[in-house]
Amino acid sequence: MSWEIVIGLETHAQLTTASKIFSGASTAFGAPPNTQASAVDLALPGVLPVLNRGAVERAIRFGLAVEGEIAAVSVFARKNYFYPDLPKGYQISQYERPVVSGGRVAIVVEGAEKVVQLTRAHLEEDAGKSLHEDFHGMTGIDLNRAGTPLLEIVTEPDMRSAAEAVAYARALHALVRWIGICDGNMQEGSFRCDANVSVRRSGDPLGTRCEIKNLNSFRFLEKAIEFEARRQIAVLEDGGRISQETRLFDPERGETRTLRTKEEAHDYRYFPDPDLLPLEISGAWIEAVRRSMPALPQELREKFRERYSLTPYDAALLTESREKAAFFEAALAATRATPKVAANWVNGEMAALLNLCEGDFSAPGVEPAELARLLDLVADATLSAKAAKEALHAMADGEGSADEIVARRGLKQISDAGAIEAAVAGVVAANPKLVADYRAGREKAFNALVGKVMGATQGKANPAQVNEVLRRLLSSS
Amino acid sequence: MYRKTVAELSRQLAAREISSVELTRSYLERIERLNGTLNAFITVDPEKSLAQARAADERIARGDAAALTGIPIAHKDLFCAKGWLTTCGSKMLASWVSPYDAHVIERFNAAGAVILGKTNMDEFAMGSSNENSFFGPVRNPWDLNAVPGGSSGGSATAVAARLAPAATGTDTGGSIRQPASFTGTCGLRPTYGRVSRYGMVAFASSLDQGGAIAANAEDLAYVLEVMAGFDARDSTCLDRPKEVYRTALARPVKGLRIGMPREYFSQDLAEDVAQPILEAVESFRRLGCETVEVALPNQRLAVPVYYVLAPAEASSNLSRFDGVRYGHRAADYADLLDMYRKTRAEGFGAEVKRRILIGTYVLSHGYYDSYYLQAQRLRRLIARDFAEAFKRCDLIVGPAAPSVAFDLGAKRDDPVQMYLDDLYTIPINLAGLPGLSIPCGFGGRGRPVGLQIVGNYFDESRMLMAAHAFQQATDWHKRTPPAFT
Repeated sequence: MSWEIVIGLETHAQLTTASKIFSGASTAFGAPPNTQASAVDLALPGVLPVLNRGAVERAIRFGLAVEGEIAAVSVFARKNYFYPDLPKGYQISQYERPVVSGGRVAIVVEGAEKVVQLTRAHLEEDAGKSLHEDFHGMTGIDLNRAGTPLLEIVTEPDMRSAAEAVAYARALHALVRWIGICDGNMQEGSFRCDANVSVRRSGDPLGTRCEIKNLNSFRFLEKAIEFEARRQIAVLEDGGRISQETRLFDPERGETRTLRTKEEAHDYRYFPDPDLLPLEISGAWIEAVRRSMPALPQELREKFRERYSLTPYDAALLTESREKAAFFEAALAATRATPKVAANWVNGEMAALLNLCEGDFSAPGVEPAELARLLDLVADATLSAKAAKEALHAMADGEGSADEIVARRGLKQISDAGAIEAAVAGVVAANPKLVADYRAGREKAFNALVGKVMGATQGKANPAQVNEVLRRLLSSS
Repeated sequence: MYRKTVAELSRQLAAREISSVELTRSYLERIERLNGTLNAFITVDPEKSLAQARAADERIARGDAAALTGIPIAHKDLFCAKGWLTTCGSKMLASWVSPYDAHVIERFNAAGAVILGKTNMDEFAMGSSNENSFFGPVRNPWDLNAVPGGSSGGSATAVAARLAPAATGTDTGGSIRQPASFTGTCGLRPTYGRVSRYGMVAFASSLDQGGAIAANAEDLAYVLEVMAGFDARDSTCLDRPKEVYRTALARPVKGLRIGMPREYFSQDLAEDVAQPILEAVESFRRLGCETVEVALPNQRLAVPVYYVLAPAEASSNLSRFDGVRYGHRAADYADLLDMYRKTRAEGFGAEVKRRILIGTYVLSHGYYDSYYLQAQRLRRLIARDFAEAFKRCDLIVGPAAPSVAFDLGAKRDDPVQMYLDDLYTIPINLAGLPGLSIPCGFGGRGRPVGLQIVGNYFDESRMLMAAHAFQQATDWHKRTPPAFT
């Protein structure tokens, strides 16, 4: 019997508030150590936490986006443990009563859609950083990050492959950016995943899981899960048992290793934080947030599939980011081209162009209306697809509008029947051998003749017309 | 000058009959002379105090003085005051200078009051005798062999011996009222949420409340008016309309219904305490108050409930004292864990360690439900008792402590006996209610007895009004310890 891999993810998304979750200090990344740590973040004697309303608002946005249940009353709890970069000796988190329960995230893997169920999402504060380099035999503590608001998003064990886990992580990453609650910057640690991985024989109950901590890239997530699943399968096939533990992924060796075993696990002694009142969220607040929400990727995917007849794959690609989807819709609205053609251009040439210059759809360099104009020119056969691509790159380089570039570079397709007829007739007359080959049944010769016509017209002849005229002339004489 | 009340001093300062500098100096001299015996203060800093006094005098001269401008106030050493040592009576913070002001200190500063010094206390406010201080025990001015009570023992002794006209304290389980009772002073613990806890080093966050100790009810009104007020930095602080407690004092008490809990007048109460308390009740009757018997059936649960919840919160609150960022750090250690162990073993005293252990235990996996959660449920029952009682009365009276001040060392080796000393005060903290203690006579060996007056939520005005009426009719609050008169 084959092995099944079972994966659940816990993701920490850093929220985009300007100040920390329980203090007024700034959350900006990269400041000199401890310059963004207030008395509250340093946990001086006597200080108290005050909840940042903006962090709660973002949790509500998330709850609405995943169609989870937003708790009317949730509770902040203290998670107690000692660590030098945890200044209070406890982390303020949510335990028994999280702000969001349930919810779901749709993913597309190999063209098929799948829904990953969420268990919960809760608000908590980040810890500081321990700096082990630069301090001879000592550890430096930077508390700039301490108190940064996080939303921890926990899934059910719903994923069955590293590819599904990555698809989920990507979809979640796109979603939190889409609704503006997280900048998604993985290098800066704004979005990081812990993966719970177990394996079982198909049909068996869930196996013992191991948690792999702090995976801060999609590639590491994939590699770590793949390695961990192979490791567990090897242990089990050798007749061994998996022990529940927390593991770390070593990207250089591409393997996971034990961080702490179950026996070494902390007893966090959670209890409700008496410094904070229960968090009450009114229906009116939720409604106000709902009204401020953008259309969600899932809604747009449905619209793209149903109204524009796009494939799930195309729709998923178009909704990678809010900016990309908006770009597509704006371009489509301004062009006569079909949705499929527009989707191909946005997902294809535009995406490739942005990829080339390491940009994205938030600053695409080409306005949707300009792409629309190009697509119109292709649609009415003024431009060939090839010429349109050239024009697009030129537009991105700032050479001017589509029409200017087409005129300046002489990209206009020749669709004049007389001109094409003359060019084809010229090529037929000048290439008797190819004509003979074609008539002898060699289809390749036809393509060669088309190539000659295109060469004679500097590639500007309308290929459909060339084909048609050439076939007519070859068969008639 | 030191015999005068806050109210009298306020009037004299405003009339410029005395200056704040003179007044502050006279207290500083008295502290200098007597603190060696009493050990009420951990820190005095004449330079800082006199600078504030000079500023107060200028402010009075400009004519924009407030009621407390120029009045020296002593502060329990867990209120953070910028530039002042704030030790919490602990080796852990023995050399920690606060870089910021507590909300309470900000308010006193804004009112132009003078910080007279920082008073001794049981370490991190854990104790009922002030014997748990790293800086040594505080003596009771009525009898140097007696404890002053705790944990605000330094503040109580300072006021009783007139080393300060008034002092701040904090009350988590009786830490203002019990020492006030033991030292013949007046101590008020306001409603939970009335005074900001920002900058008041936490013992048990859901029970801690800042309050004051003074010579009479009127002085408490003066001080509370400054201390109380909304502070957005404390999420449990309530935004209430400002009250002028001083003007409430003179209202008539006739017709007030005084509740007498059956459980507070049981055989547990020492005879020498019961007598003055019953006489005080008689005084209220003579003032036209009506007495009604009320029941607080769950009060017997209060001490065990408290000794689950308070240590639970404390065990977490005190985790920040880890030697990493400030405070004591062990000199030699092998690694991080060893640093934590040695730092905390050296930095905390026995009672603090005991409570951290209890608190850690009751929050541990497998024990949380049967201890912490169960205690929370019982806490609600205790609070409900009071809600029922207040349907039938306006104020509740009873003893503040089951006995008069005991001798130094008498309970040092018996923590449970020590815990039971807060039998009558703890229920009020669990319910979040306001309570005050005023002197009402003397018990065995001439040691003071305190009458506790408990009000409904935010009913401090009525409590102070009743206490003031009592003090207009009696003179217990004017008695001073003979050796420190």
